[in-house]
Amino acid sequence: MIFDFELVADSIPKMLMGIGMTFQLLFLSAFLGLILAILLLLMRISGKWYLSWPAQVHIYIFRGTPILVQIFIIYYGLPQFEFIRDSIFWPILREPFGCAILALTLNTGAYVSEILRGGVLGVDRGVLEAGAALGLSARQKFIYLTVPIAARLSLPAYSNDFISLMKATALASTITLVDMMGIARTIVSQTFAPYEIFISLAIVYMILTWIIQKTFGRIEKYLSRYVKPEGLA
Amino acid sequence: MTTPTPEILIQMKSVNKYFGNFQALKDINLEVKKGEKIVVCGPSGSGKSTMIRCINRLEEHTDGHIVIDGNELTDKVKDINAIRREVGMVFQSFNLFPHMTILKNLMLAQRLVRKTSKAEAREIAMHFLERVKIPEQADKYPVQLSGGQQQRVAIARALCMKPEIILFDEPTSALDPEMINEVLEVMTDLAKEGMTMICVTHEMGFARSVADRVIFMDAGEIVEEAEPEDFFLNPKNERTQKFLSQILTH
Repeated sequence: MIFDFELVADSIPKMLMGIGMTFQLLFLSAFLGLILAILLLLMRISGKWYLSWPAQVHIYIFRGTPILVQIFIIYYGLPQFEFIRDSIFWPILREPFGCAILALTLNTGAYVSEILRGGVLGVDRGVLEAGAALGLSARQKFIYLTVPIAARLSLPAYSNDFISLMKATALASTITLVDMMGIARTIVSQTFAPYEIFISLAIVYMILTWIIQKTFGRIEKYLSRYVKPEGLA
Repeated sequence: MTTPTPEILIQMKSVNKYFGNFQALKDINLEVKKGEKIVVCGPSGSGKSTMIRCINRLEEHTDGHIVIDGNELTDKVKDINAIRREVGMVFQSFNLFPHMTILKNLMLAQRLVRKTSKAEAREIAMHFLERVKIPEQADKYPVQLSGGQQQRVAIARALCMKPEIILFDEPTSALDPEMINEVLEVMTDLAKEGMTMICVTHEMGFARSVADRVIFMDAGEIVEEAEPEDFFLNPKNERTQKFLSQILTH
């Protein structure tokens, strides 16, 4: 077969018209997901079973099922219930965009809360004891010691999840959203050239991944300014 | 129980501590007066650390009474943090806050617990950094300092809270030999100024020159308690004799 570079050059700008939708899905669900993750984390480490248990169930369900299934259940399933159609959330859940955001948020929230929990567990116990010995309250220890240290420890895993989330936004095209993937599928149906189009799309996603990696790399470097440089014993 | 006389800062009466079935402290009775310097020694696992960790309630004692400056430590003590700010602690592994500069390490608790103004907290921090002879390190992060310097910062951090008592939990055990002295010097200065100190350490030279009393613990019990001269020259208990012969022959 012949690889049609002209088609690639033509279709990349078209697909980039969907980048706004991709970004909206990514940033909105990442933001809401982070809030959810912090909430789930606090529930899990609260030491109260009636908070920790629901959080664990949520995490188990959303880590244990494919995100595509979650999107479909929310998009096709929720409108079946009358109380949902009657609720104040209906204007959001009626729209595929709202459903996609909800699904991505619930999913990334589950993963990120586990990432953050790993960070919290990684904080040196001695540091917290020193805080306690100086008279800091549990809340002060959490805010001033646990959070900044756990944030640094969580960042590498979080950046991975952020990239996964970016790629997962492509699934929103299955519920009629016109993101980059949605546009690519439209072009494919018109040109019957899946090879060129999807390779072009893959390149766009790779560039985005590269930018995200670099950005997180910089944040990591900043947050690790107080960590021993490697090789220095 | 009766309220202790004011000059007694720490009173432990029949204190027991269990970790599960293991009894870490057995019937501990100890009184520490204001200005006294106590050195606690004993083999590892003898309960030395556990004992001083009970004093600022990093560990909860199982039964018995612990009274700090007239306030008994119980489950009902609502403001354990109020007692903790009177009792400074220096740890074996320094436990500086790694994400903060030295200056911020010294300012944090002053700001949050003592509610000191920023300017004053900074001034107090610099004052104590000068006392431990490393004011020039104020803007560095802990990891950029040597172990001895970090431990001196940890001492300064405890002093910033102006505590009545400082507990030292093997402050020199994690240090390279050449750094032990710089830390002991700071501690000796502190002792000379009249600070009330309980120090878990195996630095017998320090014990001899600084301690008012030396306490020997073994298997969770206080086995012997004596003035340094007596302790080293005429240890009465067999276990003390054995321990001293082991650490002093090298």
